Amino acid sequence: MAKVIYKLEDDISTDIIYPGRYMATVLPTETPQYAFADITDLNKMLNENQVPQHSVIVAGKNFGCGSSREQACSTLKGHELTIVARNFARIFLQNSINLGLQTIVCPDVEASVGDEIEIISDKIVNKTNGKSFEIIPLPKARQAIIDAGGLIPYTRKRLMEKAGK
Amino acid sequence: MSQTVVQKILARASGKAHVDVGEVLEPRVDLAMSHENAALVMNQFLEIYEATGLEAKVWEPSKIAIIFDHRVPAESKKTATNQKKIREFVAEQGITKFHDIRGDEMGICHQILPEYGYVRPGYVVVGTDSHTTSHGALGAFSFGIGATEMASVWTLGTVLNVEVPATIKVVVNGKFRKHVAPKDLILYVIGKLTAEGANFKVIEYHGDTIINMHTSGRLTVCNMSVEAGATSGIVPGDEETIRYLREVAGVKDEIPLTKPDPDAQYDRVIEIDASALAPQVACPHTVDNVKPVSEIEGLKIEQVVIGSCTNGRLDDLEIAASILKGKKLARGTRMLVFPASGKIYREAMIKGYLYDLMEAGAVIANPGCGPCLGVHQGALGDGERALSTTNRNFKGRMGNPNSEVYLCSPAVAAFSALTGVITNPNGGN
Repeated sequence: MAKVIYKLEDDISTDIIYPGRYMATVLPTETPQYAFADITDLNKMLNENQVPQHSVIVAGKNFGCGSSREQACSTLKGHELTIVARNFARIFLQNSINLGLQTIVCPDVEASVGDEIEIISDKIVNKTNGKSFEIIPLPKARQAIIDAGGLIPYTRKRLMEKAGK
Repeated sequence: MSQTVVQKILARASGKAHVDVGEVLEPRVDLAMSHENAALVMNQFLEIYEATGLEAKVWEPSKIAIIFDHRVPAESKKTATNQKKIREFVAEQGITKFHDIRGDEMGICHQILPEYGYVRPGYVVVGTDSHTTSHGALGAFSFGIGATEMASVWTLGTVLNVEVPATIKVVVNGKFRKHVAPKDLILYVIGKLTAEGANFKVIEYHGDTIINMHTSGRLTVCNMSVEAGATSGIVPGDEETIRYLREVAGVKDEIPLTKPDPDAQYDRVIEIDASALAPQVACPHTVDNVKPVSEIEGLKIEQVVIGSCTNGRLDDLEIAASILKGKKLARGTRMLVFPASGKIYREAMIKGYLYDLMEAGAVIANPGCGPCLGVHQGALGDGERALSTTNRNFKGRMGNPNSEVYLCSPAVAAFSALTGVITNPNGGN
């Protein structure tokens, strides 16, 4: 069970998730403090550790549009958030898969702040409003990266195979 | 079986004769580009090698390009230190396509790659920058990836698990009216497709308007294709591509071209009459919020920006200079000009464009991304409005969430700089 802590509109860009002025900060250990830096109440909530792990942010369509900056994923991963959106922009989605940020594509999701939701393999069950919503599964090729624990271990395994180790 | 140009490129890069849309491949990479975010790529690359007992060496140093452009000269000690570490890595690994902060070789990555002939038709190009779509202008399949994915490319020389994308065909015919430019075309396309309309897809450009368009304009069109969500924009390589690579980039070797099959299957086909287009403006805070300039004329602007990977080339500066020559910017409106590369800067200097712009009141800054990403060199004040030839108008994009960015062509930007309000260049005639 996870709680919806915030709702965001359509077309949330990487400039909103992780403003460009913090781009000189690159390490995943340092990026979480700047998550949603210009949405001050959300940033404060995250930085003051008011949210439990796997809390959910529900967004509209095209979440993560814009820049390829990976900080936009590592900043959210650092807070162990789950992002449920109607759909995601391509590079952001791929970065999430590579880094292990949980992103759920759910075109019809209905949820309000405070709702308790459960994510089951192919659907989201909103325990508060009693409705459930279909999840669009990731393509198999992408699932393989998640199953390996992210792109770093996945690539390392390929490297070792190539090196004959 | 007939194929789109991207299907053909991916087939070749994967050692196959034919690939289907949706098929999963591991294509070989011909060029892998990063800018200052190479600092993060390096970190992830070293992590891949950690505890493997193997020496961390990139797969092919001559196929990696690193170009400092986002924060040049460094705006902070953090950036300066990252740049220093990247220089050391470049030397250790023997990376040759490295462009440091020097007037003779610097520039925005998306200008340097074509200008130096690093990109060729038929290449698979990846870059840790979303506007890597630009290089489709030279007939390459070129797309943005994240830093960890780039670390994987540096290790293996391939992109893992690439799905062959579907392609949207955009056919543009007709001659642009006066003061209408490739920027207006791509803004119109984005408005029509919406910001997610081409997500996970490629846009392939055709028609006589595209055939007659110089590589400079094609770069503008492919650059901003990502604003419709596209994985890449692409103009199949043609005579103009060869001309550009020979004349501008000084390429001497053979330049093979990859063309789509005439009966290739497209996701959809969109036809546009270029002669009916008016100058366009993308209004805050999404790039698909596009309107003809006539609908928003008269809005007061405090800052005009000309430059970026979208519109910082010689022809863009020429248009701006021709409009501003002998005139003065409106009081209360500042104008910042960022030539896209050192080469463009030097040529614009010789041709007198920079003199004319500066005499009119513009500030000429060094080549680089400038204020487009909101780090330095032109952040906006609270409540201020910018009119810019750059590519994004997201909330906070120019460093301040309490400001607005409108996007337009160099002609609209220059005419508006004279009046201090958003101005239709064709207003009086």
